[in-house]
Parts: sequence; structure tokens; C-alpha cells
Amino acid sequence: MEEITAQYESFYHEKGRYKGILSWLMSTDHKRIGIQYLCALLAFFSIGVLLGLLMRLNLIMPGKIIGQETYNRVFSVHGIVMIFLFIIPGIPVAFGNFFLPIMIGARDVAFPRLNRFTWWTYLAGATLVVISLFAAGGAPDTGWTFYAPYSIRAKANITLAVAGVFVLGFSSILTGINFVTTIHRLRAPGVTWQNLPLFVWTLYATGWVQLLATPVLAITLIFIILGRVFGVGFFDPAKGGDPILYEHLFWTYSHPAVYIMILPAMGIISEVIPVFARKKIFGYRAVVYSALGIASVGYFVWGHHMFTSGMSDTARIIFSFITFLVAVPTGVKIFNWVGTLYKASIVGNAPMYFALTFIFLFSIGGLTGLIIGSLEPNLHLHGTYFIVAHFHYVMFGGVGFAILAGLHYWFPKMSGRMYEERPAKIGWFILFVGFNVLYFSMFILGYEGMPRRYFDYPPRYFTLHLVSTIGSWILAMGLAIIAGNLLSALFRGPKAPADPWGGRTLEWTIPSPPPAENFAETPVVRD
Amino acid sequence: MGAAEGQRDRIGAKYGMWFFLFTEILFFGGMFILYAVYRSKYPAEFHASAGEENLLLGSINTAVLLTSSLFMAVAISAVKKGSYRLSVVFQAATILMGLAFLAIKAVEWYEKVARGIYPNSPVLDKMKMGEILFFGLYYVMTGIHGVHVFIGVCVISFMVYFTLTGNVTQENYSKIENTGLYWHFVDIVWIYLFPLFYLIT
Amino acid sequence: MVRDAVEREDHIGSYGTYILIWAALMVLLAVTIIVAKVEVSKYSVLLNLFIATVKAGLVLFFFMHLKYERGFLKGLLLMVLLILASVIGLTFSDVWYR
Repeated sequence: MEEITAQYESFYHEKGRYKGILSWLMSTDHKRIGIQYLCALLAFFSIGVLLGLLMRLNLIMPGKIIGQETYNRVFSVHGIVMIFLFIIPGIPVAFGNFFLPIMIGARDVAFPRLNRFTWWTYLAGATLVVISLFAAGGAPDTGWTFYAPYSIRAKANITLAVAGVFVLGFSSILTGINFVTTIHRLRAPGVTWQNLPLFVWTLYATGWVQLLATPVLAITLIFIILGRVFGVGFFDPAKGGDPILYEHLFWTYSHPAVYIMILPAMGIISEVIPVFARKKIFGYRAVVYSALGIASVGYFVWGHHMFTSGMSDTARIIFSFITFLVAVPTGVKIFNWVGTLYKASIVGNAPMYFALTFIFLFSIGGLTGLIIGSLEPNLHLHGTYFIVAHFHYVMFGGVGFAILAGLHYWFPKMSGRMYEERPAKIGWFILFVGFNVLYFSMFILGYEGMPRRYFDYPPRYFTLHLVSTIGSWILAMGLAIIAGNLLSALFRGPKAPADPWGGRTLEWTIPSPPPAENFAETPVVRD
Repeated sequence: MGAAEGQRDRIGAKYGMWFFLFTEILFFGGMFILYAVYRSKYPAEFHASAGEENLLLGSINTAVLLTSSLFMAVAISAVKKGSYRLSVVFQAATILMGLAFLAIKAVEWYEKVARGIYPNSPVLDKMKMGEILFFGLYYVMTGIHGVHVFIGVCVISFMVYFTLTGNVTQENYSKIENTGLYWHFVDIVWIYLFPLFYLIT
Repeated sequence: MVRDAVEREDHIGSYGTYILIWAALMVLLAVTIIVAKVEVSKYSVLLNLFIATVKAGLVLFFFMHLKYERGFLKGLLLMVLLILASVIGLTFSDVWYR
């Protein structure tokens, strides 16, 4: 990237006190921090994918590759890495950091040094989690949910892993505070709540969820650590504690966390679709209000993770009802995206392929969510592969494809290079096929009663497990093609123009990659 | 630079601090949920155990912390009015009050530990379940609150330094104002902990 | 521009007000101890929590200057407290009926 020196200096040029790697680690530039986050996220995503492939491989020949104990650790670490290290920080810390200030016409976030601090705490938390995998005692085997009382008694390195997740949560809270304050205080003249880019709106809603949900997880994890280290028995039935209360507190965070993941994903889709449909978004206000609606109602539905936990019937009915409520604003969003596509002159670029796939896969994920959100089917399907398939459709088919859409949409802006369209689309197609082969067979497996997290199973499930595992290989191939294409573009791609797509938001008005302080003079937006 | 700009935005900094306090409300909220649930499960044991707390020390500590809040508020007004020496005196007084609070707390904990009441102790584990939970909650909630007081004392110490070196001034007082918000919030948490652990006899 | 905002939104609390608030807090502390010791009724726990809320309100509105903030911040604080209350309520929909 060093060749791009014509007329201006991009933020890739070192100007500060520090050289080399320190010029990145010590930087308070939101773009540098965003790029670093993105690299770390993709690294952890790759590790998670490899662990997932290993699990799938075991399931077609149980016991031949890894033992039962190891299998428990592998699915736990797959969950912990994918959820806490990749998808929860995910879009806000990478794309949010890079584009939020630019999209509102600011030079940086409200608290740049706090921003750098969140990156350091993310690294610290990630380090603790990684140490917990290799230290004596062994990697966590509790599943990513750390359910008590097993997590209090287990011999594995739960304390370290939980401490790591606590630190990651702290990082997440501070990012939320920073973003919410930035959106309130640093909008350029003319950037109002009525014309704020939708990605920024969703980051705003996400920021509030981060702020208000993550501390509940923090205190719950502290209880786990205190239980293990000092024998405080809050969730230990032998000492009068209530393990179901752990589930309440855990899901009070971890369900809103689903919205921390999906809301900014919806934001990316709401940016990409209008640009490639060559239309304004259909129903801007509806998209905004539905984001706020999802964020607020989503806080009160955590109980639907606990229908089979022994919770009271009253609570089960209440939570099932509220769960249906949250489907309404989600449906509104889908209608708005489809409405935007109606009679539009759609341009078929790679980001649009991923965005349209998002709508399709996320709808399947959302609609199956309604099935398991209602009480009776849930009792049958809870703890089966149906759940696994459902949340992979939402998390990977939703958030994952949105990240890929965002990556292809903003890649020219972030790197200053263009990638090849053809390999991107080939990769997309293979990924799409692999994804559905891998996860749709899990819906059927779960419906037929295959429990999740099991190491072995009766022979009648073998065929579907085999199909699913083959799907995982196809999916990995698709990911490899996409990654290879972007990597080669990074080194050999032609220079990107300021606005390759015809985008309307402020990031496309400045050169690619952006100069160090984004705007030579504060932009004024007229709408 | 962006950093300097952010620093000068006093209202932005204040909002940031309030947002942080919101997260603290839910952080302590998680503990209060636990307290509420277990109290509703074991009302009689909670009632009896609270009688074992040292009401005198608890009341003194409440008065100490409330007074420290007064000193903090005065110290901030003094900075805004430009009376830096007065402010430093009151900041130091706040620190002393914070330390006194921690010392009294330590005495209370020591009394209980001496009687063998602490998490996982043989004495406590033989008691009724409601009592195990009550004392567990007592140690955890006052302990985490104590950590907050300790952090506050450290931060105010930095503010004394900043006021003396002219880093906190009449024009630029965001730092000390936000420290004050934090300190008062920690005070509010204690205002609720006090009746829950000492007064429900 | 920022400076103007600072001048307008700034509030310098007077020492006298602070001392009055402190005195009120001390009186409430004494009242709450008396209420607990006398054990007027089984509602004394609720009464004590109410007194605690009054104390917390005094600290919030005067020491923390919430009284002089814009409605925006007050509204947000209310929202946070409502969320906490709802979470407690929903948890009790399980605990009470289990």
C-alpha cells in the first residue's frame, strides 16, 4: 500500500512517534484500530472454522480421530471463540470503528484513547482465553454457556476462560459507551437523526444493548469465579444456591447479545441493498424504529432459552409471548429490504450477492426461531440439532454473510484496492451451497431427535451426519476461495477509486484508503 | 487531533461517564437480583443473620461515606470557582473518608472471619442454607463495593495531583467532575446495601 | 461553539445547598435506623428501602447535578431503572410461581 502517495497521504502512512508494529498498537486512529480488530477477528474466525470442521469430521467416524473428552473441549472452544472472540465484538469493532466516524463526518470517535484501550483489553481477554486452552487442567469443556453448577466443579481451566470473557465484556462495554457518545456529540452539520446512515443507527441501538446487557454477564462471570476460587455457593444447590438463577442471569446478557451481533449486520444490509438497488431505502423510519424495537424488546425474551430448565409455567408462557413480539420488528425489516428491491434497477455486484443471501438465510433462521419460540414444539426440539441449525442460520447465514457483504462492500475503501468479481461470486456460490448442505441437514437431524453436543449416535442418523460433514467441506472451500481472492487483491489488485459503487454515504466522498484525519474540512450534509 | 477535541467536549465526557454509570447500575443490579431471589426464598434466615451484623459500625460507615460525598461535591464546586487550594483540601478529606470507610469495613470483616464465618469455612458450611447465602452475598456485595471505593480513592488521588499541577482547572474540570459522579454513585450503592444487610432484622 | 455550550449548561453548586443536603441525608440515616429498631410493622423493610430511595434521589439530584441536566439524561436514567425493574420482575415470574 506504500505506493499510493499521489496528492495525499493515507492513514497507512506512519506519521506518529512510533514505527512498525507499535505505530499500530499505540495508534488512536479509529481506522487503524478497526483494521487491527478486523485482522484479529478473522484469525479467530479461522480457528473457529477449523474446530468446527474437526467436530464434523468426528461425527462421521466417532472415536476414530478424537476422544469423548476432547470432543467436549472442541465444541466448547468452538463456541467460546466464535461467540466471544469473533461474532459479538464482530461488526462494531471492525467496520463500526472504521466507518462510524466517517459516516457521521467526524475525524475520530469521541474518546480515541478509550478506543485504543478497548483494543488492548480485547487482546488481553483473548490472551487469557487462549492461555486457558493450553494451560494445565485442559481447555474448558462446559460448552460456551458455562452452566452452573458443572462450571463451578469442573476441573478444566474454567476460571481463566471466564476471566478472559469478563475482560472481553469490559472491552465491549467501553466500545458501546464510546460509540453512543460519538453518535450523540460528533455528528457533522446536517447529519441529523432523520438522515443518519442506517448502519450508524444500528450501531447506536447496539451500543445501548452493549451498555445495558454486558454488565449482567460480567457480574455472573464473577459469581462463577468466586464460586470456584472461594467456594461462594450462589449457584450450588448443596449450599442453597439456585442453578436456574445462573441461567436467568446468563441469558439476560446472552440473549441481548444475539442482537449485539445481528443489529449491526442488519445495518450493513440496509446500506448495501439501497446502493446496489439504485434506490433509497424503502421506509427509512420503519427501519430505524424496528432497530430500536428489536433492541428494547430483545432485552426481555431471554427465558426462551430456558423452557426445559425447570422454570415456572407462568414464566414460560410470558417469555414465549414476548418472543413472538420481537419477531414483528424483525419482519418489518425484511419487508423494507424486499420493498427496496421492488422495481429497482439492481446491480449484481459481489456485496449484493451476499446481502441478498443474508435475507434468504436469515429469514429461514428467523422463521425456525418462531417454531422453537413457541412452547410446545420447543419442548420437543430443545437441545437437539434443530437448535444448532437455527442459530447457525441466524449467526452464520445472518451475521456471517453480512460480514462478508460488508467486507466486499468496504474492501476498496479500507485497502485502496479492487478485488476480482468473478472469484468472489464463485466463492459465494460454493459457500452458499455448502452452508445449506451443512446446516439444513441439521434441521432434519434435530427434528428426528439427534441431541446436540453428543459425541456418538445410533446408526440411523449416520446418513444425515455424513451429508452435513460433506457440506462442511464445501463450505470451507467457498470460504477459502473468498479469502484467497481478497488476499490476492490486497497485494495485486488495481487501485480503487473513491467511489466504486455509487454509494451515497460520506465514506465514498473521501479517497480510498482515507487520509489520516478523514476530512480535510468538516463536511456539511444537505439532504 | 481528535484526542484533544474529545477532551474539550465537556458535555460529551459527562455523557460518557453517565453511560458508564448506567452499566454500573446493571452490574450491581445483577447482585441485587440474586439478593432479592434468595431473600424471598429464605426470609427467616436472612432476618436472623442480619441481626448478627454490627449495626453500629455499619451506621458509622454510612455516615462516613455520605460525608465523603459532601466533601467531593464541595471540592468540585471549589475547582469551578477557582479556589484550587480549598479544593485540594476537600479532595484529601474525601480520600481520608474513603480510607476510613475501608478500614471500618476491614474491622467488620475481621470480626466475622475471627468467628469462622467466611465462604467455604467449616463453621459457615454447617449453618442453614439461607445463612450460607446471606453471608456469601454479604461478602461479595460489600467486597465488590469496597473494590469500587478503593478505585475511587485511587482516582481522587490522581485528581489531587492534577489539581496541583494545573491539569484540572476552572476551564477544564471534566476529569474531576466525572470522578465526582463516580464517587457519588458508589455512595448510592452503599445507601441501598446498608438497609439490606444491617436493617432487615 | 463548544465553549458557549459549556457556559450555558454549567452549574456550580453552592456550598450551602450541599451542607443542607448532607444534613438531610444524616437525618434520614437516623430515621432509617430508628424505623428498623422500633420494628413498627412488617412493612418496615419496605419503608427502609423507600428511605434509601429518597437518600439516593437527594444524592442524584443535588450532588450529581441531575436536577440541572436536560430531560434527555433524566429520561435515560429512568429507562435504565425500568429495564432493571423489568428484569427483576421477569425473574420473579419464574421464582414465585415455580
